Amino acid sequence: MAETQTVLWSRVLDRLRGPNPPALVCVDPRRTAVAAEATVHLTPRVGTNLALMNGLTRELFAGGWVDEAWAGEHTLGLDELRGIVEPYTPDEVARICEVDPADLRRAARLFGTSQRVLSTVLQGFYQSHQATASAVAVNNLHLLRGMIGRPGAGILQMNGQPTAQNNRECGADGDLPGFRNWDNEEHIAELARIWNVDPLVVPHWAEPTHAMQIFEYAREGSIGLLWISATNPAVSLPESARIRRILGGDQCFVVVQDLFRTETAELADVVLPAAGWGEKTGTFTNADRTVHLSEQAVAPPGEARSDFEIFLAYADAMDFRDAAGQPLITWRTPEQAFEAWREVSRGRPADYTELTYERLRGPTGIRWGGERLYTEGRFPSATGYCETYGHDLLTGATVTEQEHRARRPDGRAFLKGAPYRPAPETPSDEYPLLYTTGRTVHQFHTRTKTGRSRPLDAAAPRAWAELSETDAVKLGIHEGDRVRVETPRGAVELPARITRVPEGTVFVPFHYGEANELTVTVWDPVSKQPTFKTAACRVVPCNS
Amino acid sequence: MQLVIYLGLVHHAERTLAESFRVVGQGHAGHPDVRLTCELLAGMSDEHVRRLTPVVDRYGEQHHGADVEEPERLHADGLAEVREGPVGLLRDLQDLHVLGTLVQTTWTVVLQAAQGLRDAELIEAARHCSAETSRQLAWLNTRMKVAAPQALIAAGRR
Repeated sequence: MAETQTVLWSRVLDRLRGPNPPALVCVDPRRTAVAAEATVHLTPRVGTNLALMNGLTRELFAGGWVDEAWAGEHTLGLDELRGIVEPYTPDEVARICEVDPADLRRAARLFGTSQRVLSTVLQGFYQSHQATASAVAVNNLHLLRGMIGRPGAGILQMNGQPTAQNNRECGADGDLPGFRNWDNEEHIAELARIWNVDPLVVPHWAEPTHAMQIFEYAREGSIGLLWISATNPAVSLPESARIRRILGGDQCFVVVQDLFRTETAELADVVLPAAGWGEKTGTFTNADRTVHLSEQAVAPPGEARSDFEIFLAYADAMDFRDAAGQPLITWRTPEQAFEAWREVSRGRPADYTELTYERLRGPTGIRWGGERLYTEGRFPSATGYCETYGHDLLTGATVTEQEHRARRPDGRAFLKGAPYRPAPETPSDEYPLLYTTGRTVHQFHTRTKTGRSRPLDAAAPRAWAELSETDAVKLGIHEGDRVRVETPRGAVELPARITRVPEGTVFVPFHYGEANELTVTVWDPVSKQPTFKTAACRVVPCNS
Repeated sequence: MQLVIYLGLVHHAERTLAESFRVVGQGHAGHPDVRLTCELLAGMSDEHVRRLTPVVDRYGEQHHGADVEEPERLHADGLAEVREGPVGLLRDLQDLHVLGTLVQTTWTVVLQAAQGLRDAELIEAARHCSAETSRQLAWLNTRMKVAAPQALIAAGRR
């Protein structure tokens, strides 16, 4: 959090340094700035988050800290979950995760006995092995204790980009707008009615095709056009050499729309210069649901246009029509688009109908859904309302509408679990070290903006590889030495830093091109997020 | 007792399914989700075979024999090699689904007999294995639905 959500972290620090400070539990293999402040720091071996979470869940049951009455009324699947976590005793967790069993017990006791608990989750879970199951396990802990829907009790499953919440809501990440369920014909019919199109126009015959799959189709040659807007996959996706081959090859025509000439734009067939945040008007939404209006301050430079204008121009050129033969896109300004979005969101879990540009002009941003969600312990799980019927957390198989309905969720939350399984790539004789990636505070994502800010870039101009002191001594490596980090995907040369990463683990910040030369093309079966943070590598000093 | 025929059949079918999952997973390793999930699901069938061992020790199993005429045509052969390309993947997943369905209906039959015999160990094994076979089939179904439109409409012939 200290490297990503800096404003939120400064507030946490205020509480930690103020009167009556809260206890802080940190889960991270590295000794981060957050870990340094923590009451308990749990350092699971890279790729074993789920075993740790199953152990914490088991301790809640064993300690008698589960609010059985609340969980009985507001959740489903309590006994199944109890069965799944039963084998994860503190000693078993210690064996898998290399965590001190006493630390696990202390963390569980803190969670089990506190009157108020807030949890935050980020990419260390979402982009590690068994990502969705581990993130869901955090929800389970809160549900088992009824720690949700009241002041001080809640979960922030945050975005790596603090303002990216609206991407999830409106369907920009490939799902349907307003958390609609692709497998629910009524949801599709409603969307089709609002847009006045045939329901078959809305693709809904399977789960949305995820980015990793899209690139695989492009590699196979069954996708001939990729339009990449405001993202830099040549640096941000795993196994960069593979992505460069796909984008640089002749089999796929690549359009890139971005503020700057990114590494991805270098591989494009056409580049569309886009406007930045101060050069256009629109809203963004934070992890806590606060919606802000950001109005244009200056005109975009040169030929740059806002993403909004570029997409409108595309719709005009394609002459998209609705069922009545009228233009499909009827809005022309960001405010008109917001009005259309309000209508699409009506009655759905993220309902924007009470928000208008007028109200958003101030004095502050406004949360959709009011001050607090889930106050009555009611959740959007009814079969006709829910965003998804759910998945098998181990395989990603979708749950059918019939199976979902048979559970009669009716506003109760599903407790779902899965057993820990070892990561697909674990250390071997050839690649004896664990490889993981993460952030540094001075840079953001692939440095498209921060790398162009002189003070920020000067603070962290290039990548490095962190090693434990034990491994460094074993390999004859000193602070600042150049080392070669190798995985089956490739090799990069970086200066070494001797830090408090666990023995047997190598960390490389992901903002720079180097990190993803080495990561593996694997994704979570449910969320489809790439597994950036779990691989095996070897390190050799460059002079040898 | 004719149950031994079905114990032999489910034993054989689970082993065939495990091997076939591995063949498909390794043959389509360019699709990491297929490779990893097939390996995971093969492991489920391996475990089912292990659970059958004590049951087979008690009842025996029969593939062929003088006493029992075992209809040979019920044994499905596994997949020895994979097909190529997007349509090939689709058809291989479909073949796995056929094998999985054979496993599941065989467990259904075994469960019926186990209940008649009041054999708690076999009842528990049949319920557990049948539920996991449903998970295998559910994944195959999900993956085929995802793959079908692209493979059948957009992919070229290979």
